[in-house]
Amino acid sequence: MNTNSQLLFDTPQGRPFLSRLGVTDWLWALAIVAGSVYAWSLFRENMNYYEIIILGGTAVAVTGLGWNWRSVRPLVVITAVLSITGIFLYDGNLARVNDQFLLNYILSSQAAIMWMSALFVMATVAYIAALVSDSSFTGKVATAMTWSAVVMGLTGMMVRWWESYLIHPEIGHIPVSNLYEVFILFCLISALIYLFYEQRYKTRAMGSFVLVIISAAVAFLLWYTFDRGAHEIEPLVPALKSYWMKIHVPANFIGYGCFSIAAMLGIAFLIRGSLEKRMPGSPIVARLPSPGLLDDVMYKLIALGFAFFTIATILGSLWAAEAWGGYWSWDPKETWALIVWLNYAAWLHMRMIKGWHGKLMAWWSIVGLFVTLFAFLGVNMFLSGLHSYGEL
Amino acid sequence: MSNDSTANRHHGTNNKLTAVLLRFAGTMNLAIMLLIVIAIASVIGTLLQQNQPYQDYIIKFGPFWHEIYKSLGLYDVYASAWFVLILTFLVVSTSICVIRNGPEILRSMNRFREDIHERNLLGMRHHKTWDSTWSVPELRSAFSDYFRNTGYRTRTMEGKYQVTIAAMKGHANRIGYLLTHFAIIIICVGGLLDGNLPLKIRTLTGDARIETANRPVSKLPEASVLPEDNRSFRASVSIAEGATVNYAFINIANGYILQKLPFAIEVVDFRIEHYDSGQPKSFESDLVIHDPERPEPLQKTISVNHPLQYRGYSIYQASFADGGTTLDLKLHGLHHSRPATINITGTINEFKELDTPEGHVRLELEDFRRFNIFPAEEGTGRKFVNFGPSFQYKIRQTDGTAREYVNYMLPVTVDDRNYFLSGMRTSPNEEFRYLYIPVDENGSMGRFLRYYSLLNDDQKIRSIADRAAEATLENSSVEQQQFRSGISTAMTLLLKLYLDSGFSGISRYIREQIPAEDQQSVTEAYLKILRTVLEKTYVSLLEQETEGPVIMDEEDRLFLEEAVDAIGSLPQYGANFVLELESFNHKQATGLQITRTPGKQFVYLGFLLLIGGVFLLFYVPHQRLWIMLRDEGQSTRVVLAGSRTRHRHEFNREFQRLTGEFDRVLKQGS
Ligand code: HEM
Repeated sequence: MNTNSQLLFDTPQGRPFLSRLGVTDWLWALAIVAGSVYAWSLFRENMNYYEIIILGGTAVAVTGLGWNWRSVRPLVVITAVLSITGIFLYDGNLARVNDQFLLNYILSSQAAIMWMSALFVMATVAYIAALVSDSSFTGKVATAMTWSAVVMGLTGMMVRWWESYLIHPEIGHIPVSNLYEVFILFCLISALIYLFYEQRYKTRAMGSFVLVIISAAVAFLLWYTFDRGAHEIEPLVPALKSYWMKIHVPANFIGYGCFSIAAMLGIAFLIRGSLEKRMPGSPIVARLPSPGLLDDVMYKLIALGFAFFTIATILGSLWAAEAWGGYWSWDPKETWALIVWLNYAAWLHMRMIKGWHGKLMAWWSIVGLFVTLFAFLGVNMFLSGLHSYGEL
Repeated sequence: MSNDSTANRHHGTNNKLTAVLLRFAGTMNLAIMLLIVIAIASVIGTLLQQNQPYQDYIIKFGPFWHEIYKSLGLYDVYASAWFVLILTFLVVSTSICVIRNGPEILRSMNRFREDIHERNLLGMRHHKTWDSTWSVPELRSAFSDYFRNTGYRTRTMEGKYQVTIAAMKGHANRIGYLLTHFAIIIICVGGLLDGNLPLKIRTLTGDARIETANRPVSKLPEASVLPEDNRSFRASVSIAEGATVNYAFINIANGYILQKLPFAIEVVDFRIEHYDSGQPKSFESDLVIHDPERPEPLQKTISVNHPLQYRGYSIYQASFADGGTTLDLKLHGLHHSRPATINITGTINEFKELDTPEGHVRLELEDFRRFNIFPAEEGTGRKFVNFGPSFQYKIRQTDGTAREYVNYMLPVTVDDRNYFLSGMRTSPNEEFRYLYIPVDENGSMGRFLRYYSLLNDDQKIRSIADRAAEATLENSSVEQQQFRSGISTAMTLLLKLYLDSGFSGISRYIREQIPAEDQQSVTEAYLKILRTVLEKTYVSLLEQETEGPVIMDEEDRLFLEEAVDAIGSLPQYGANFVLELESFNHKQATGLQITRTPGKQFVYLGFLLLIGGVFLLFYVPHQRLWIMLRDEGQSTRVVLAGSRTRHRHEFNREFQRLTGEFDRVLKQGS
């Protein structure tokens, strides 16, 4: 029998996770820990116990995210540099925005958010152009624009956070407190989740669909800014003054972001299906993401979204217990969160256990988006309840 | 020398598995249907505002549909029998699911099935065979290493010519399944414990009675009072500053039930703090808990998001209301020729009987607000304006009908002009319609009132009209002079009509009394005459005030215009007096929510299990692999088979990668 060749299997990811980390990974962790400790030392007089836990949790989450997805490292570093530059330029005086070129045109929250908006819209166009013209260069540009939009949006949020304290220390709060701010959050989170799958599956074909919903959110944001002046920083109503807001809202928007992208992929799935029937063999059909991929990513997104939406709803319930005197009051917002949750629970059972997939599930995920949209916007617009979140 | 087979054959255990799965599907279909029904029922509950007073529903839907909706429980969907029944069904279905699968799942976590037969392996969807030139021991150690390095637990069975390695990982996934479903069960059970279902049952059996009338607490019948030992409730109570209370109200259906507390809550102070912009910043109550079981009273300040937990009771800052503010009011009589102003003092939530020249009315002071923050008009540079204090009251006639009013204490600026605002509506469903009373130089409504009473003074008006008529005809011929008294009469009559019924009264009069072809010209003439008398009266008032001749300036003209408008809308105002707030002694009441939720621990535990379970289910795939090695003399036969409970697509890919890797190595050997 054979003796000279070795009987050895390749075992990818066989080693335990921590031993796979290299020097840069540890440097990354060190940088995040150092940054967090520094932030804590600056603000500890104003932080309560819970906020320190949230800061620590954020540090752990960002470290882990950077370990598993290297691309977020430059994102975090560049955002940090830009935000700190913005804060530095303000020098404690909100009026600086008028005479500081950099603030006025790039780094003030308003300017940065406008940049984000423009970049997202341009990225949408670029993704579509890349799909139509089959140009990989255009595709790369689209990806770069999306990343830049995320950088600008995140910077805008960080600087806005600071600006709110510059208005008055007692007005200051994290910018996830009204419809305007959470729309930005929605754009950022959706874009990041999309970018993750773009890298993971090495395809830009999904971008032309996903970025459309982000652009729609941007359109709403712009209307909301210019027509309603919603970008003004408002003090918090008493019910929102809670550390729960810091975790409940972002968790919710990971869920909303995932569900929205899943619905856009459902649309892509259906469009591809009907194009295939109408013009088989067309090159554009071949360039669209494959049905198998769409189905797969759609499932993963709904699972991820469901997991975070579960957390978000639970956090909301814990918060309600503290603010309204009951962990469940059947308030319209709460109830609609439950409806969204039940809808996706049913979706997941069908998919996981019955193995349903294809057209029906694509339609269902699109319906899911409308249910989600109602929970997110419709409830505020049409129903009255305890939630004091931005009315239109 | 590999030998692929992708055929999907069913054998022995697999058949059983299918049957079991089918049965699973049966109950799951039910569960999914229940989920969808709950979702739809929840939608109804949000579209139809829940737990409103029945009168509101009757107005909205009419008595017929009201009865139907009421009997379907649509006004309190989440506590209705059918909704609770569905929830219970869901719990039962999930429980059956867990009970049926639980023990098997726990057992299977340590069952490697290393004694599996080759034909079973070949019957699996994912399998592949090779004939390798490596020896059995070589392959055995290589595969064992491989499994160990990739996170599998293994168990090996050795036969004479044959070795089977059974590998398994991700058994936590199965625990995830148990956790999520068990979590759903305890969350629902905990929630049912804390909901008002037990109370509903008690009211249905007649054990407790829902009180629908407004009665003093001491006069409530025994059946409408729940003792202190009630373990689960959610009640609210409004306590005025300075008051002490040892009960709260459970609002249920169209009424309430009183819940006694084993301690008393004293409210020392209630505060609303505001940002500079005027928006509320915080709501806080200083409480003192007097408990017979405590030697010392407990002092504690609660605020929104910061409740007090005390002996298993939670006390929350929920709302606020007026706690009996006293108002010093000036009552300005209208419809008199003499300005009659009397001072009255009233307290919010109390009644005052008033005798007016038009009869007896009851003044019901309803609410007082110290701040009225409204979005500012555009271009003022501010986002909000504070209209200052206001109070709300009803004027009830002896026949029981009432109109509701809201008056602002301070003048309000609208389009750069200041007015005293008094809103009126005839039912709570309407918006207030406002009377704009112009403000004089002294910042009071004095001149308006004097002007109004002068207009009502027939004698004075007659002489003003005479003079006005004279002035109009000064340069006219003698024949025209005889119209003088006619013009003067027309002036007084038109004024009377205007005072009694406004512009609409005059146009009705013209419509009814004047031939159609003349209406246009008559209207113009009448309005001119009316304007003349209104203006002359106003000038005469100014002359009285300044005791000398007066030339109206721009300010006077505006005031006159506004006063005339206000007077024109007085006939619809429906009251023959205006109330002006002189001063107040503000006393607030804090609205507390008091709850006892013994099910909370279960629910929170359920939350924890649910989150853990969901992540295990999604992110820890449960999979098994088997390698069977058999010495066939010249070569070794290798059988690989695998299965995964879910994520077939992912497993397809992983299995392909696996067989690719094994191909590479096993072929190397041959
Ligand atoms: C909303 C409440 C839920 C209900 C009423 C429910 C109900 C059920 C029922 C009845 C089954 C069939 C089990 C059987 O027939 O033996 C099932 C299976 C399953 N459910 Fe749920 N479920 C709920 C929530 C969830 C959640 C939140 C998850 C996880 C994300 C989940 C994951 C699963 C899985 C993985 C199975 C398949 C178990 C197996 O056969 O391996 N369920 N569920």
